Amino acid sequence: MSNHQLNPNNWIDLYSDYLFNYTITRVNDREIAKDLIQDTFVAGLKSMKNFKGEANERTWLISILKRKIIDYYRKINSNKGKAEVRMTYVNDDQEGDWLEERAEDDGQLNAEETIENSELGDAIYNCMDKLSEKQATVFKMKTILGYETETICNELGITASNLWVILHRARTQLAECLEKKWL
Amino acid sequence: MEEISKRKSLLFISCEEAFHICDKKQYGEASFWEMLKLNLRLIWCNMTKNYVKKNNQLTNTIKTSKVECLHKSEREVLVERFNEHLKNEMQS
Repeated sequence: MSNHQLNPNNWIDLYSDYLFNYTITRVNDREIAKDLIQDTFVAGLKSMKNFKGEANERTWLISILKRKIIDYYRKINSNKGKAEVRMTYVNDDQEGDWLEERAEDDGQLNAEETIENSELGDAIYNCMDKLSEKQATVFKMKTILGYETETICNELGITASNLWVILHRARTQLAECLEKKWL
Repeated sequence: MEEISKRKSLLFISCEEAFHICDKKQYGEASFWEMLKLNLRLIWCNMTKNYVKKNNQLTNTIKTSKVECLHKSEREVLVERFNEHLKNEMQS
């Protein structure tokens, strides 16, 4: 039976991007996503004594993050929803209509797409975990964040030729990794 | 003959160079001349065709996924704030 250890010094380097991607697909706001993952890491720090070692670090942090996201939804529905009800629905018996509309609005039509994108995002991150640190950094900066070649070269102290070689290797490995299910 | 040979060598590229141009194309950084050379190679080279196909698929997959990550500045703020908490936790 594996006994996983916690090492908070590595959490941000290892998991912040993954947690951020997980969160932003669910809250659609960059600042809120950052706050939630910050809260997750802090909560993780405080709960270290309760960690049993059965799950790995990332899984454990995600379970904390999920609760944070649920708390966030409760909070926004509580204040925002109440304000909207007050403004739009004058009579008490119309509150039910508001709730029904919100449920429809929650994207039943997009649920399948959201789930698939979420799984795809997970698959991409799992494949990126197999890249070297430099390959992953260059790939994220160029492909996900859309930085200019010159900016990345200046930031990382590499030449444009280096960048393209690193990127080529990263893309080749990612394509191989994703090929079976997603490409 | 020498002139024709020179022109051929200008247009002829290796698989490696073709892959490189294809990578640049994914980011809109391939020049007109590079694209011409790539397209000429695509006519007859199956390895290049295969690489271009997979590379395009990868680009589309990444786009579809709308995958996100933190900017360096955002990560730095996260680190700074987290380290404060880490320090407090160690002290308590």
